[in-house]
Amino acid sequence: MRHIISLLLENESGALSRVSGLFSARGYNLESVTVAPTNDRSLSRMTIVTSGTDEIVEQITKQLNKLVDVVRLSDLTESSHIERELLLIKVRAEGTGREEIRSLVDIFRGQIVDVTDKSYIIQLTGDGQKIDAFMNALGEHSILEVARSGSTGIARGERVLRY
Amino acid sequence: MELSGGEIVMEALRREGVEHIFGYPGGAALHIYDALYQQDAVEHILVRHEQGAVHAADGYARATGKPGVVLVTSGPGVTNCVTGIATANMDSIPMVVLSGQVATKAIGSDAFQECDAVGITRPCVKHNFLVDRIEDLADVMAKAFYVATSGRPGPVLVDIPKDITAPHIKVPFEYPEQIRMRSYNPTVKGHPGQIRKAVDLLLSAERPMIYSGGGVILGDASEELTALTRELGYPITNTLMGLGAYPATDEQFVGMLGMHGTYEANMGMHECDVLFAIGVRFDDRVTGELEHFCPHARIVHIDVDPASISKNVHVDVPIVGEVRHVLADMHKVVQASERRPDQQALETWWGQIRRWAATDCLAYDREADVIKPQYVIEKLYELTKDSETYVTSDVGQHQMFAAQFYKFDKPRRWINSGGLGTMGFGLPSAMGVKLAHPDATVVCVTGEASIQMCIQELSTMKQYDLPVVIVNLNNRYMGMVRQWQEFFYSKRYSHSYVDALPDFVALAESFGHRGVRVENKADVEGVLREALERRGEVTFLDFITDQTENVYPMIAAGKGHHEMHLSSDRELA
Ligand SMILES: Cc1ncc(C[n+]2csc(CCOP(=O)(O)OP(=O)(O)O)c2C)c(N)n1
Ligand SMILES: [Mg+2]
Repeated sequence: MRHIISLLLENESGALSRVSGLFSARGYNLESVTVAPTNDRSLSRMTIVTSGTDEIVEQITKQLNKLVDVVRLSDLTESSHIERELLLIKVRAEGTGREEIRSLVDIFRGQIVDVTDKSYIIQLTGDGQKIDAFMNALGEHSILEVARSGSTGIARGERVLRY
Repeated sequence: MELSGGEIVMEALRREGVEHIFGYPGGAALHIYDALYQQDAVEHILVRHEQGAVHAADGYARATGKPGVVLVTSGPGVTNCVTGIATANMDSIPMVVLSGQVATKAIGSDAFQECDAVGITRPCVKHNFLVDRIEDLADVMAKAFYVATSGRPGPVLVDIPKDITAPHIKVPFEYPEQIRMRSYNPTVKGHPGQIRKAVDLLLSAERPMIYSGGGVILGDASEELTALTRELGYPITNTLMGLGAYPATDEQFVGMLGMHGTYEANMGMHECDVLFAIGVRFDDRVTGELEHFCPHARIVHIDVDPASISKNVHVDVPIVGEVRHVLADMHKVVQASERRPDQQALETWWGQIRRWAATDCLAYDREADVIKPQYVIEKLYELTKDSETYVTSDVGQHQMFAAQFYKFDKPRRWINSGGLGTMGFGLPSAMGVKLAHPDATVVCVTGEASIQMCIQELSTMKQYDLPVVIVNLNNRYMGMVRQWQEFFYSKRYSHSYVDALPDFVALAESFGHRGVRVENKADVEGVLREALERRGEVTFLDFITDQTENVYPMIAAGKGHHEMHLSSDRELA
């Protein structure tokens, strides 16, 4: 099963490689990682998307907790949460295609953020599935370049991850 | 007080109670070596190879429980440490390795003797630090010792750029009294609810088995383990790393378990209905094929490391905490409980265990004319059992023979590389043990292949007068490799023969030690006795042993505990 795990870790130079090194050394699946400092500059928040059986995911969370740089950890998948990813995509946009793409962007509530006479850059946020669906709808032939941020997330309601 | 970085390092070591460090100098570490020269609280042992320094510090730590400390230079100095650090990491040994680094502004420029020490060691340390400001140095040193020695112990590397230790740059020195880290809080006490559940399950057992490991030794919990085991009257087995945690000569002890464990220990594991696992990690050499592991058992597991629990084997009652506290708390609950172990069931179970033990699975050919390696270890045990004796070993058949035939009654007396299985560990670790316990007898059991991996330390032993007895079980083969090739590769002995061996006697003599070659069985005892009695010098005993002896019993990889192989001419019914 797919899990989205959020961590607060010491904002230190080696911390990111400790986490990624753990995944490669132990052969855990790593779909995406995002990381940036929080309002407390001494802490970074990292969001990891991984997958595995319950036993493997339990080991992943234990091993992450064991890293000396990890301050707090939460498996967002355990409760209701919001997940978002940012897509920036450059597409071919010529002739009648331009209008078609604009209406697709409207349907998916994206924005066109750059225009030339041959192309658009579109910005879209959503969970991974929405972004996949949008890219499918555009079709492989019109896509020139893709930049996806990887997922980040936050639990709904009262639950907070903070130090 | 204003101190330079080099002085801060030395002052931190002094405050941590460090008396000995092992090391080797070089450019990036020279400021620290200069500060070392100008103090006398810490004694430095100059090794001949950095791997030797790490193993020596490791042996020192295993024999005392105190952290081992290493000081080396950048680049090749620290890369030479990697095998030793990985060895300590696999066996959770408390250690602090200080490495010099090129100056802060040169980092990343491929400077002379630069390497990414923190990057190279990251996967094989408990934690590591690159000090980037002199103001952080004291704090990092204190954290390094705290992390290395608390929770599940392990090696910590501190990489210190040269400019930070420069003698002319001084800062006010303040050493933290207490360390608090928001990201690191090891659990000490076990959860009372889990402890009660565990005791209930233990007291309901009809065929109980206690399986304890290195965690009991690391956690100084032998007394608590022994007391609780005796109270319960249950059979106990130890892992390779746990030997000595429970007295081997006690009647409740059924021997080591695992690949070369005893028949009674492994069958006991296979048939038990409640398994009490203490400070162990369910290593594959212990469990055999997981599919067949303890098929009837419900499992209680105590460990200080939550990540050890249910990693390889599902556990029914986990308890996270320091084994010493948890065992003491469990003992109190057992004593307060009205329930007693079912004596009738227990008697039947012990009857079964005695029948398994009657196979005498460690039997070997005592009548043989050649020197059997088992015989040497038996004699060594007889001659040293009444004195304070520490036995270190290398890796191979000799290691298994020592584990099987030497009866360790006390913790920290058996010192070997269990997790990483590092050939070359035996000699330098013996050196570290001898330094820690100068009045004890220290014996290094080794093989002619392993000993050559760190043999240069014979020179260090001369310089610092560290008289260790070396028992080389010389079978002119990488015996353990040869055994696998005999069993699993149709006797194709690919590169397991150690050709062109040195004359070990002459070699020992050239280092200024005593060397004796032993070719006759009749001489074994006398030669051992003499070497043990001459307390002031290193004796290298080169025993020419049976070339084709194998370690039995054996569970082949992929088999279960009940599928043991007794010997070439003895199979189980
Ligand atoms: C550094 C290292 N390299 C390779 C091995 C693999 N290995 C395990 S046992 C062994 C042979 C050891 O031979 P020896 O020291 O003569 O001991 P014996 O088995 O003959 O008693 C080897 C090569 C190892 N454990 N460590
Ligand atoms: Mg050999």
